[in-house]
Amino acid sequence: MTAQRHAEPCMGTVFSFDLREPYPRAGVLDEVIAWLHWVDATFSTYRPDSDVSRLARGEVDVGDCAPEVGEVLALCERLGDATRGCFSAYADGTLDPSGVVKGWAIERAGGMLRAAGSLNHHVNGGGDIQLAGGPEPGRPWRVGIAHPLRPGTVATVVAGRDMAVATSGTAERGAHIIDPRTGRPADGLAGVTVVGPSLTLADAYATAAFVMGEDARDWIDALPGYEAYGIELDGRTWATAGLRSDDPGQPSARSGRSTMSTRSAMEAATRCGRNG
Amino acid sequence: MKRAILAIVGTVAGLVLLLSFKTHSASSSGTAAGTGTTGSGGDSAAPAPSAGTTGTGKTATSTTRTVTGSTIDTRWGPVQVRVTLKSGKITKVETVQVPDGNPRDREINTFAVPQLNQETLSAQSAQIDTVSGATYTSEGYIQSLQSALDKAGK
Repeated sequence: MTAQRHAEPCMGTVFSFDLREPYPRAGVLDEVIAWLHWVDATFSTYRPDSDVSRLARGEVDVGDCAPEVGEVLALCERLGDATRGCFSAYADGTLDPSGVVKGWAIERAGGMLRAAGSLNHHVNGGGDIQLAGGPEPGRPWRVGIAHPLRPGTVATVVAGRDMAVATSGTAERGAHIIDPRTGRPADGLAGVTVVGPSLTLADAYATAAFVMGEDARDWIDALPGYEAYGIELDGRTWATAGLRSDDPGQPSARSGRSTMSTRSAMEAATRCGRNG
Repeated sequence: MKRAILAIVGTVAGLVLLLSFKTHSASSSGTAAGTGTTGSGGDSAAPAPSAGTTGTGKTATSTTRTVTGSTIDTRWGPVQVRVTLKSGKITKVETVQVPDGNPRDREINTFAVPQLNQETLSAQSAQIDTVSGATYTSEGYIQSLQSALDKAGK
């Protein structure tokens, strides 16, 4: 199976592209890469000359910025309402829409590839992924979820087509996601992965779910089209009802819809992983 | 040697639970493969009968070669890996550079890097296409690995 692959450092991380046939028209990957760098230059809080930095310092108004800045800020406001205040572009007190910008930029990148004829691809920006189609005929994309408590190991694998996957969790150097309601780092979960059609939303929902902690599961369960997989601080795991557990040893997994059996199976997998 | 690695991989892959996500609400299909399609993208792929977890039967020459990936600057420092491929399959992953600026880095990398090496060897059998939620060093690791694979034309 051939593939076109590219890795592009941008936004303090690396974006990787994996395109399978049919390939898009020539040149579109360059356009996508240029788009990502433009987003970085416009939205970065690390660059003093970005629109967002100048806006945060009060030197300019939204109207003076690129129209996309207004679009993203309006999106942040809607997400604040949708997440009961657990997502905010001002979580740290100053303007920082980073929690949504990467997912939004990647989703757009995926849309550009699709529009140019690429039906099977994935774009991964620092662990946030928008997938289209599948890697080869008859097989869905398989996304390993990095284990937040055991670096370098995979906690589970999520398989699917045309989906977005975003994970929030404790980084190697401890919690770094601020709860906008308290101004303090969120510490209710070790990690949470949100799966759904849009990476813009999945990315923001993952951040909000991480902040929400123990309430995240019920909240995501009630969101149409979005599912979540969570890892608690003690290593226990859970998944919302729509993420069906498919034990590789038991290809017919109708019983996987049962929440209890899903949990038991995953806990068993966790224990096995620990022993292995 | 190759056979032994595959046996280990089989064990590891068996421990990782597969969750499947369907973009449509649950269909009557009970297979392990998510085959739901969305209408928006004009996706015309045919639903698949099942998902295999066996090898993909790549054709490749039976040569051994070593490819060094790009140096990836992570928030905590540069990460670079080197892969050895035999007959187009990864047989070894070595770390050329990892951040080691403080004791915590060394502790993380002592633990994480061998795990990542094993994961890479596992992933090609378990058919993990990509990883979500990678931490900073592992991001660098994965991306350097990706660039090595790009160079190898894999």
